[in-house]
Amino acid sequence: MGMKKNYWQRRHLMELFMKTLMRISLAGAAASLGLILWTVVARGLPALTWDMVTQVPKGGFYMGKEGGVLNAIIGSLYLALGGTLLAMLFSLPIALYLKTYLGSSKWGQYVRLSLDVLWGIPSIVYGAFGFTIMIAIGMRASLLAGIIVLALVELPIMVRAMDEVIRRMPADLEQAALALGSTRFEVSMQVVTRQMLPGIMTAILLAFGRGIGDAASVLFTAGYTDRIVTSLMRPTASLPLAVFFQLGSPFPEVQQRGYASALILTIIVLAVSFGSRWLSSRLNKYTIK
Amino acid sequence: MDTHIQVKNLNVYYGKQQALKNVNIEIPKKQITVIMGPSGCGKTTLLKSFNRFLELTDGTQITGEVLVDGQNIYDREVDVTEVRKTVGLLAQRPSPLPMSIYDNVVYGMHIHKMKKDRREYKAAVRHYLEIAGLWDEVGKRLHDPATGLSIGQQQRLCLARGLAVEPEIILGDEPTSALDPISSQNIEARLLDLKQQYTTVIVTHTLRQAKRLADHVIYMYMGEVIEAGPAKEVFTNPKHERTRQYLEGLF
Repeated sequence: MGMKKNYWQRRHLMELFMKTLMRISLAGAAASLGLILWTVVARGLPALTWDMVTQVPKGGFYMGKEGGVLNAIIGSLYLALGGTLLAMLFSLPIALYLKTYLGSSKWGQYVRLSLDVLWGIPSIVYGAFGFTIMIAIGMRASLLAGIIVLALVELPIMVRAMDEVIRRMPADLEQAALALGSTRFEVSMQVVTRQMLPGIMTAILLAFGRGIGDAASVLFTAGYTDRIVTSLMRPTASLPLAVFFQLGSPFPEVQQRGYASALILTIIVLAVSFGSRWLSSRLNKYTIK
Repeated sequence: MDTHIQVKNLNVYYGKQQALKNVNIEIPKKQITVIMGPSGCGKTTLLKSFNRFLELTDGTQITGEVLVDGQNIYDREVDVTEVRKTVGLLAQRPSPLPMSIYDNVVYGMHIHKMKKDRREYKAAVRHYLEIAGLWDEVGKRLHDPATGLSIGQQQRLCLARGLAVEPEIILGDEPTSALDPISSQNIEARLLDLKQQYTTVIVTHTLRQAKRLADHVIYMYMGEVIEAGPAKEVFTNPKHERTRQYLEGLF
């Protein structure tokens, strides 16, 4: 019997074909990411001066060629951090409730379906919805309104991502804790949460990434200003809107500043990304694989 | 014979399928009772009726009574967490909690608030790790992840963790089936050591293990208890044809 591999055999050809296809897709994805990063860096880096990150805009309304976008950096951090914290406050209980008490029951399925629908709604709709409510209660565009709407945008992403993570919880582990006389609540808080912490961190990060990059939902609700926001009730600038306005400018210098703003936003997202990865690898120490 | 657990007219259904048929048995105090029988005979189901683990599976129906020291654990006013504190379980595969070795042992004592301060907890952790025969191996690395232990050590950790909440009864669901021979021996030796202090109920599918451990034997077949009695009698002189056939290895 010959043991030599016949590369022309149908099943080997099929494998080769599929493997090549997968590699092409992977290369395509990697290339797009590289291209985006390259564009932002190549166009933004020349305009990325110290002033960009330490000054507020001079010469008004993102049209100026002087000053920086410190107001937008701070505004975006406030908005995304606030929105993520607020969303987290609601997401974790919802995700734990889904897992602990609803499981795969009919109600559990309904809740998951509604969250999936919410996830799919464009963020401009959230913005418009927030705006309508603000008008109804006589509220102005403000940091607080922006945070609340961002939290709404992030909530379905966070809950569903957490839910997927928590559902992968090994059943043995829960039973081990229950066998010692834990209540289900104690199992949730002390065992499920601990086992799932790295995954939950990822869910939070995913939502944060969406939050900090979202322009449409804060357009009406957080407004914009050239000053650094000092109160929850005042409007605030944000990086995505700064990029939007600057790129829309007819002046090439201002457009270049738009790329620099985009670069700053990218750096923030990357920093948070790597930071949380490092954190979750440390949290990973005790989890059961 | 001092009875610790008494089962009265116990019927268990998983959906439409009946897993236990009118079981009536008594389990003696501070002895090792071994439940044996071919796979699917309901031995694990019977075991899990003692710590109310059956209700973790959807669609399970239970009728009848399980009395622990005369108290029916299925009564409405009974707190299930107290049942499970009193009736500990050593599972088939060890599952350490996602914590350090120290925190694994301390977990149960914490949730039941069993000790006053850190010093007492520390002393208790050492005490139970010693009982489980693990202290010498882990005493110097208590804050390492429990997953770093070998599977045999993990099972002894689970034993220490279970004993730390001061149960009166230890259930073992084929507690050595995932272990290598030496670790199995180690666990068996622990169980024999502990039988003066705890009522122990073990499910096993290995006859030799049953013979090594049992003071009292329950033989089950197709959801029914066929024969129950002192190990000596059942092993040397079974009353039922089926038990005799099983002991001779006919099926």
